[in-house]
Amino acid sequence: MAEAVAPPPRVLAAAWTRGRGFDVRHLPGFAAVAWFCLVALYAPMLVLVIFSFNANRSVTIWTEFSLNWYAKAIHNEGIQQAAILSLQVAIAATAIATIVATMAALATTRTAPYRGLAAIYAIINQPLMVPEIVTAVATLVFFALIKEATGVTGVGYLIFAHTVFCIPFAYMPIRARLEGMDLTYEMVAADLYATPWRTFRRVTLPLLLPGILAGVMLSFVISLDDVVISLLVSGPGQTTLPLYIIGQLRRGITPEMNAVSTIFLAVSALLVTLFFVFTRKKK
Amino acid sequence: MTSPTAMPANVSASDPAAEAVLRAAKRRETWRRWFLVSPALIIIGGIGILPLSIILLYSLLEPAEYAGVVWNFSVEAWINLLFERDMFDETLTLADANIAIFTRSIVQAGLTTISALIIGFPTAYFIATRPERQRNAWLFLITIPFWTNLLIRTFAIMLLVRDQGVINNVLIWMGVIDKPIEMLFTNFAVALGLIYVYLPFMVLPLYASMEKLDFRIVEAGYDLYATRFAVLRRVIVPLVKPGIVAGCILVFIPSIGAYVTPRLLGGGKHMMLGNLIANQFGTSRNWPLGSAMALMLMALVMIALVFYVRNATAKEPGHG
Repeated sequence: MAEAVAPPPRVLAAAWTRGRGFDVRHLPGFAAVAWFCLVALYAPMLVLVIFSFNANRSVTIWTEFSLNWYAKAIHNEGIQQAAILSLQVAIAATAIATIVATMAALATTRTAPYRGLAAIYAIINQPLMVPEIVTAVATLVFFALIKEATGVTGVGYLIFAHTVFCIPFAYMPIRARLEGMDLTYEMVAADLYATPWRTFRRVTLPLLLPGILAGVMLSFVISLDDVVISLLVSGPGQTTLPLYIIGQLRRGITPEMNAVSTIFLAVSALLVTLFFVFTRKKK
Repeated sequence: MTSPTAMPANVSASDPAAEAVLRAAKRRETWRRWFLVSPALIIIGGIGILPLSIILLYSLLEPAEYAGVVWNFSVEAWINLLFERDMFDETLTLADANIAIFTRSIVQAGLTTISALIIGFPTAYFIATRPERQRNAWLFLITIPFWTNLLIRTFAIMLLVRDQGVINNVLIWMGVIDKPIEMLFTNFAVALGLIYVYLPFMVLPLYASMEKLDFRIVEAGYDLYATRFAVLRRVIVPLVKPGIVAGCILVFIPSIGAYVTPRLLGGGKHMMLGNLIANQFGTSRNWPLGSAMALMLMALVMIALVFYVRNATAKEPGHG
């Protein structure tokens, strides 16, 4: 027994420290990087927001507080029209995408695996796999063919282009919600002679609602934010808000853009917060 | 809408009447299923997938003078990806401009992925080891930029790196420099912008796999006298590898095809693939070449995805 090999001093020291609050989860320096990451993510946006309240024309030298640029932005006709178009497209695309995604989610969850299920997943997620610019040019070419053949123009093209990439985003939270839902309630409803439609209307839908609302939030944000696909697909005169902003930024930066961007940021943050509220797990 | 899906199949295999009822129920179920998924499949298939085959066709045609195509078969577009044909003697030379843009795109996307991993890994780990309340707050704070408009976040970086931007102003005020450093419209600005924009895409998938990390295994590593670094390298990194791969894919794919960030921060001289492709459908009016480039980009992405799928399935058998 006396022959036992003594551990090297480094190990002894380690063993000693472990006795007093050695945290196996701790890794040195990681906290600093995390805080740096947080600051780095928010500091540039904070600068943008602060200078939207600057009285001066300069976007980087502070003079005094003013809401001037907001007033200017809100009364700018170009911005107004762009905002209205963006909202129209986002509302229409979100409505279609959410309905379609809800239906698809009902057919792809809580069932035994069936033939084609993997293919369905792959197709629904396809818009997430292909780079945006590729989808954009492919859609442009396709819509050009249709326009040539039918002569139909209008905002419908933009709406459908948005619907395609909104579907997977609406589908995700709805599917997640359905998967966490027990089939028992629906079976009880069926046992009590509810028709399938009534069961859906009175049992499934109310339980599913938070997932659907989360899907609405996500696809609305995604549609509002889109630049690349709108840029290539939109017809003449169809300027969405991001297209208006990118057009202005190429010409030169004015604090008016800070003001518009700040409003935009606030809307996105609000929608994402709502998404969090809808998907929060109950304790 | 909910018919009993999980019906016992062998209830009474001998009873033909019961069997018929079961078969009818099964058929109804199949119909219901396809009725429900078909709108999604039709929209995505029709507007998302069908156009991809159209650009494959277009890449094999000749460009028309003012946008569009002439219906003559030609592989010129594919040759033009890498080569230029001399106007007079028809000899082929390497298209340096295109190749420079391809290389830049791959380098920028690679740099972005690595930098995002270096910052994102410790961040995700730190978040995953917080108590639950703090963890939710951190996640919320990382998710907001994740969903925030990419254009606006690029604009925010523009405000920092301009000649009269925040960085230059601060450096001049501190007396470090007396003339602004030119940062906007450089490769550096594009790299900075890409990292800033796509960093949350790295943190969230990393977090998702670190959240599941079993710290008893980490502790076992320490019990076996491993140093912190050895535990990190030999225990933690292999365990969260699916998250690392997922994060890298989520950053690499959008950054290699990025359009907005190089457009605003790089200007005309530091274009990336996304801008080059868009140009073929705008000012350059060469749809076949643009189609070929788009397909090449997609091929690059597919290679990355195959790598991802193989990695994910090797690490987590029976999952995904």
